[in-house]
Amino acid sequence: MATEAHDAAATAGAHGAGEAVGMPQLDFSTWPNQIFWLLVTLTAIYLILTRVAIPRIGAVLAERRGTITNDLAAAEDLKQKALEAEAAYNEALATARAEAGKIVAKARADIQAELDVATAKADAEIDAKTAVSEQRIAEIRAGALESVTEVAKDTTKELVAALGGKADAKTVNAAVSARMKG
Amino acid sequence: MEGDIAEMGKFIGAGLATMGLGGAGIGVGHIAGNFLAGALRNPSAAPGQMANLFVGIAFAEALGIFSFLIALLLMFAV
Amino acid sequence: MAEEGASGFQIHPMDQFIVKPLFGGDHIAWYTVTNVTLWMGIAVVAIAALLMLGTRRRAIVPSRSQSVAELLYGFIHNMVEEVTGHDGVKYFPYVMTLFLFILFSNLLGLLPMSFTTTSHVAVTVVLAMMVFLGVTILGFVKNGIGFLGMFWVTSAPLAIRPILAVIEVISYFVRPVSHSIRLAGNLMAGHAVIKVIAGFATLAVASPVVIGAVTAIYALELLVACVQAYVFTILTCVYLRDAVGGAHH
Repeated sequence: MATEAHDAAATAGAHGAGEAVGMPQLDFSTWPNQIFWLLVTLTAIYLILTRVAIPRIGAVLAERRGTITNDLAAAEDLKQKALEAEAAYNEALATARAEAGKIVAKARADIQAELDVATAKADAEIDAKTAVSEQRIAEIRAGALESVTEVAKDTTKELVAALGGKADAKTVNAAVSARMKG
Repeated sequence: MEGDIAEMGKFIGAGLATMGLGGAGIGVGHIAGNFLAGALRNPSAAPGQMANLFVGIAFAEALGIFSFLIALLLMFAV
Repeated sequence: MAEEGASGFQIHPMDQFIVKPLFGGDHIAWYTVTNVTLWMGIAVVAIAALLMLGTRRRAIVPSRSQSVAELLYGFIHNMVEEVTGHDGVKYFPYVMTLFLFILFSNLLGLLPMSFTTTSHVAVTVVLAMMVFLGVTILGFVKNGIGFLGMFWVTSAPLAIRPILAVIEVISYFVRPVSHSIRLAGNLMAGHAVIKVIAGFATLAVASPVVIGAVTAIYALELLVACVQAYVFTILTCVYLRDAVGGAHH
């Protein structure tokens, strides 16, 4: 049907009229209608945008940007605080470590001192004991010398008596002592 | 056969006019291909050139649309 | 009817673009409520629903519809700011209007049985002429007669400058033509192709192939609908830069 009408229109050479199906876009009788409604539509959309949508969306975006900026600032703040806390912690750690070092040094010094005292005491005791021992050795030696003198005197007296002489104790003693010394 | 020689000429002309679309196809493909080649060489610059890509494609394509329009006019309006 | 039966196909790819009065009658006066009115109205309602209902809670953490609205806002705002520079931001609402209208018309037009308002040259010509006249007037208001310096390419050798000027002037006046025909042509072509291919489904053997092809082209058209809205908007920004940014380019 449509094609027939179109053919009829084409063969008659009377195109552009309202009934030509051909190309509706080139049917100029509908142009005023379309243009009118297009302008109405564009005005409506423009009013929707400028009166409501754009201010609203712009405000929301600005608000969100503000919120994000604030949040970022807060985060920066918190980060700063965290850094400070970390610094404080490190400081405390360093102090504690230093203290511990000091305590260790002190303990070492104390132990050294005690050790020194003990060593000194032990040395002193050893010295004392050595001195006593030496004294006794000296005594024993002295005792031994005396015994030798006695034995020599007695032997001399006996020898003198056996030889028939009258042993004068005093002379013998003196003689023996003189000999022993020489 | 019915119809007349003018009718035949109309259809032949419309068919010939659509060949112009091939040229538009070549042009659009050329633009897109060169864009891709450039984008692969320097991918970081590609997103900034998307607007130019579309504008170039639109210009190349418009000429093809013109020939399509001629075909339509021949078919339906002449 | 006889010849159509003989050819086997009844394909009327252009029927979907016919402007019809909604409430009967044949005559279409400028005020008649037609399917154009209906689908433009649906577009307005959809935009209002997305931008007003979606954002009515003004949440800091956005809901799904609110983040779509914010995404569109940010997308267009960035585009205007990047392409036209800082001085162009005050025309942002107008660019946003164009973008939303074209995007929603294109997408709504893809619904089956719907009417694609942006496939009509009448609509796109008005959109493009508004941009063209707006940019021209704005250019002369902002730059005075210096706006004509745009056609005098100072970076070229003096000898070929007049020729370039002629070419520049012609290309300047072709702008609204290509600007409008591109949008209408893309939409019209896509919808007509879908219709033509769907018409082949009357051939039973071909129908599985047709279903696949229509699905594929539908996906392509979905892409085209978004890309054309983007292209129209970015070209508007590019033209606006000439007027706002002066003749320094």
